[in-house]
Amino acid sequence: MEIVKVEALTKKFDQLTAVNQLSFSVLSGDVYGFLGQNGAGKSTTIRMLLTLITPTAGEIQIFGLSLLKHRKEILQQIGAVIEKPDVYKYLSAYENLTLFAKLSGIQPTRTMIMEQLEIVGLAHRANDTVKTFSQGMKQRLGIAIALVHNPQLIILDEPTNGLDPQGIADIRNLILNLSKQYKKTVIVSSHLLSEIEQIASRILIIDKGRKLVEDHAASLFDPSKTIIELDTNNNEAAYNILSNSNWGNTLQPIRNGQIILQLNKLDIPLFNQYLVSKDIAVYSLQPRHSLEDYFLQITAGKQHVEAFTN
Amino acid sequence: MWKHLQIELYKIFHRPRTYLAFAAITALIGVIQLGLKVDGKEYTEFVMADFAGSFSVDGKILNGYFICYVILQLLLVHVPLLIALIAADMISGEANMGTLRLLLTKPQSRTEILLAKFFASVIYTILLLIWIAIMGLFLSMAIFGTDDLFIMKSSYVVVVKSSDVFWRYCGAFCFAALAMTTVAALGFFLSFFAENSIGPIVATMSVIIVCTILSTMNIPLFNLIKPYLFTSHMVTWKEFFDFKVNDANEAIIGSIQYPEKIIKSAIVLVLHIIGFVAGGIWYFKKKDVLS
Repeated sequence: MEIVKVEALTKKFDQLTAVNQLSFSVLSGDVYGFLGQNGAGKSTTIRMLLTLITPTAGEIQIFGLSLLKHRKEILQQIGAVIEKPDVYKYLSAYENLTLFAKLSGIQPTRTMIMEQLEIVGLAHRANDTVKTFSQGMKQRLGIAIALVHNPQLIILDEPTNGLDPQGIADIRNLILNLSKQYKKTVIVSSHLLSEIEQIASRILIIDKGRKLVEDHAASLFDPSKTIIELDTNNNEAAYNILSNSNWGNTLQPIRNGQIILQLNKLDIPLFNQYLVSKDIAVYSLQPRHSLEDYFLQITAGKQHVEAFTN
Repeated sequence: MWKHLQIELYKIFHRPRTYLAFAAITALIGVIQLGLKVDGKEYTEFVMADFAGSFSVDGKILNGYFICYVILQLLLVHVPLLIALIAADMISGEANMGTLRLLLTKPQSRTEILLAKFFASVIYTILLLIWIAIMGLFLSMAIFGTDDLFIMKSSYVVVVKSSDVFWRYCGAFCFAALAMTTVAALGFFLSFFAENSIGPIVATMSVIIVCTILSTMNIPLFNLIKPYLFTSHMVTWKEFFDFKVNDANEAIIGSIQYPEKIIKSAIVLVLHIIGFVAGGIWYFKKKDVLS
C-alpha cells in the first residue's frame, strides 16, 4: 500500500529550481532513505510533504488523500523532526511533550507522556528544562514529540545532524525499533550514506532536485558487485598472480600500493583460499562501501537516471 | 482554537520575559507613589501655582484618583514597549527558536494558529492594563484615599466629583486596552517579517515614535494624514474626564463632553487592529517557512 505518492513535484525559488519534477512513492512499513548531498533538495521536499512550503507544481498524496485538500486529516497522522529538534527551551521535556501532544489533537495522560519519554530514554530527565539538555537529548525529545500522537508516518529530516557516535547509534536503533516493533512507516533523510545504508529498506537518491535512483536497498547493495580492497604480504606479486588468473577480469590498476577488484561477496572465501594456495599471506580483505561508491559515482557524474527502478 | 489559545497563554506565562513587564510597571508605579507620598505637597503647590490666585481648594488634591491620572499619563507612553516585547515576538521569536516549523506541521490551519497567538497577546495586554489599574488606581486609592479629581489643563482646571470618577476610569482603562491592543497588533504584524525578536520590537517602537511625532507636529502637510494615524487616537482616553455642563455651568454627572470623539477614535483603532492582523495572516498564509 502506498503511504506517500509524489508526482512531478517542483519547487522554484525565483530563478532557482530546488526540486525538479520529482516523483517517488513510499510504501507501508518502509524505512525510506532519502539521500542526497547538501543542497540536493531533500529538506525542500520534506517541507513540502509537511506543508511548510507550497509546491510550484506537482501533486502529493499521503494515505491516499490529496495533501492540498486534506491537510488537517493527513497531518494528524504524521510525526516529524525537521533538521534541528528545536523545542521550547524554557519548558521541561514533560511540558514540551504535553504541549505538542495537545497541538497534535490528543489529550495526553501522564502515563502516555512518560511512556514516550521512556522510549527515547529521557524519563529520568522529564522535569528538567530543555536548555540543560545535550544535542542528542534534544534530538531524542524531538523524536518523542514526533511519536507522541502515535502517527502512522514519521518523517525525520537529518536526524543525526550534530550528534556524537553514541547519539547516532541511539537514533539508528530507535528508527529500526519504530519500524520493526511499532510497524511505523519512516522517511529518513540524510547525506550520510552509512546511516541510511544500515536502516533503509528502500532508498531514493536525489541530486539538484531531480531523482537519480529509487530502489530497494538490497538491489543497490548487489552482493555480486562488491568492491574489495586487498592487502597482503606482497601486493605486487599478488597483483601479478591475480592478473593471470580468472580473478583478474575485474582487477583495477594498482594505485598507492592497493589492490582493488570487484567480486561476488559469496566468492570471498574461495578467493582467499586461492591466494593462500599461491603462498600469498592475506592481511585483509575489506569490502568497500559499495553504496558510497555508487552514490559518488552517480552524483558526481551528473547523470540523471530517471528509471532505475525495478 | 480555544485549546491553542490556552497553549499560547501557557507559553507566554512560562517565559521570564513576560514578568519583566509586570515588574517594570510595579517598580515605576511604586516610585511615583513613593515620590508623591513624600513630596506630594510641594508637587501640587508647583502645578497649582498658576491657579493659586483664581480660586481656593477645599479638599485633598493629592488623592488616589489624581495619582492614577498622573500615572496613566506617564505610563501609557512607555507601556507600548512592554507590549511590543511580547507581541512583536509572537512569530519572530518562534522562528528564531526554530519551533515555528514544528508548530506549523501540526494539524491546525495557519489562520487558527495565528489568531490564537494574536488573542494570546491581546489577553497579555489586557492583563498588563489590569495590573496597572490595580497598582495605579486601587493601590493609590488605598494609600492616598479618594476625593474630587483635579485635572490641570494648560489654561484651566477640571474638577470631577469623586462620585463621578470611578466609572470614568473604567472607561479610560477600556479605551487604553483598545489603544494598547493596536500596538500589540502592530507588533504582531511586524513579527511576520523577521526571524529574530529584536527587529520587530525596535520596528514597532520606531513606528509608534514616528507616528506620534507626526500626530503632534502642527505642520499643514501632516494635517491630512493625522486623522488616520492610530497614534492620534491613542490618547483619547482623556476624553472620559471631560464632561458636559448645564446652564448654571455645573458639571452634569455621568456625562462626557465629546462622546463622538471616543467613538471615532475607537473605530479608527479597531480598523487598524483588523488591518494589521488580517494583513499579517494574509502574508503568512502564503509564506514558505524556510527557517
